[in-house]
Amino acid sequence: MHILVVGGGMGGTILANNLARRLSGELEQGSAKITMLSASDKHMYQPGLLYVAVGKMSTSELYRDQKSLLESSIDFHVDPVEKFDMDNNSVTTKSGKKISYDILCIATGSRGHAEGIPGLAEHSCQFYTEADALNMYKTLQKFEGGKVVVATGVPHKCPMSPLEITFFLIDYFKKRGIWDKVDLHYTYPIGRVHSLEPVANWAAPEFDKLGVTYETLFNMKEVVPGKVLSEEDSSAEFDLLVTVPPHKGMQVIEDNDLGKGGFIPTDKKKLNMEGRENVYVLGDTTNLPISKAGSTAHFEAEALGENIAAIVQQGEPVRDYDGKVFCFIEAGDGKATYAMFNYDNPPNPQAPTSGLHWFKTAYNRMYWASARGII
Amino acid sequence: MSERILVDAKNTFCPGPLMELISNMKMAEVGEELELLSTDEGSAADIPEWINKVGHEIVDSFKEDEVLHIIVKKIK
Repeated sequence: MHILVVGGGMGGTILANNLARRLSGELEQGSAKITMLSASDKHMYQPGLLYVAVGKMSTSELYRDQKSLLESSIDFHVDPVEKFDMDNNSVTTKSGKKISYDILCIATGSRGHAEGIPGLAEHSCQFYTEADALNMYKTLQKFEGGKVVVATGVPHKCPMSPLEITFFLIDYFKKRGIWDKVDLHYTYPIGRVHSLEPVANWAAPEFDKLGVTYETLFNMKEVVPGKVLSEEDSSAEFDLLVTVPPHKGMQVIEDNDLGKGGFIPTDKKKLNMEGRENVYVLGDTTNLPISKAGSTAHFEAEALGENIAAIVQQGEPVRDYDGKVFCFIEAGDGKATYAMFNYDNPPNPQAPTSGLHWFKTAYNRMYWASARGII
Repeated sequence: MSERILVDAKNTFCPGPLMELISNMKMAEVGEELELLSTDEGSAADIPEWINKVGHEIVDSFKEDEVLHIIVKKIK
């Protein structure tokens, strides 16, 4: 039984390690094999980019060698997939190799797509790649005050990031002693300041206390120098525009017609690609209406690891993914909170505390153990 | 007329039904219809508010087995 994992981000790595441990006997006997194909020999801790953008983390803390995170029984290759031939259970890689599989797991992730909104890439700062996060930090360092607008595209990775970057910007400007020279204006696509109502109910009064103005039902349509225009016929003027850009799935998903916008139609409980019983999808690559967040990929990987191992060993999956998501929320001023929910239970976040901020800070370093599947 | 796009946002909290609808509207072609399924009571008010503000069209809206169905058409 050959299990092929495409993508070496958080979801793919946790899944491959989980399977390698559950199937250690089969791997040793040669009755099962796990192969991972990735675009890079490095693994990035993507949530760290938010911290790099405001000078709270260095880029050297973002990376580990991918091979060092994987169980030694996993056959790892830096050779991204270019073609999926699902009718014949095979893929073709960039180097031209054709690889057959019995079970395929796709975890290729998503990417910021500022280019989807005219003028946004040219006139904004963002933090979804190392280069962009560093550029944002350099831009902030030169900023001496004025109108700052935070604007968010749809869909986007990590639903907490619009609030987190806003609170981090306030911390940053206060630390530099220029907060009194900044007018900070927060915009958000839906009718409150965050998707989660309890989080919005907490954040809006915080904004009021801090003097942050906000506008909801604001979806970016176009950005021109000094002004962002919305689909709702509104606009906001800025000296500095910070954006959480709209996201797309990876190009290879679109090129192979696997899903609109690069997101693959996925069964919300079984996590198989719709219409394909031996193809599973996890993390940002799915089209599921849940948070595109590392924790989502993590919990999906655990459910899939258990199921795929059960399929190999006894022919049937044993559990459903329950929609579990756990997100830290950095609230600025050295405090944080979290939101945890699944398909059946709504979140009930508590007031931010300094203890949770330090736990999040510790998690930033414990992540590597999480990717290895140790915690 | 192409097939109606189904946006199943039942029992989802984050990013939630309106954000899912906006996301799918962006990927849809002008003239296409989308059917949003939501169990969020707030959808009955906030979906029409956004649709009207942007200038799209509510085609139909009804509740069946505790699930709100809102059918919208992308106008621009």
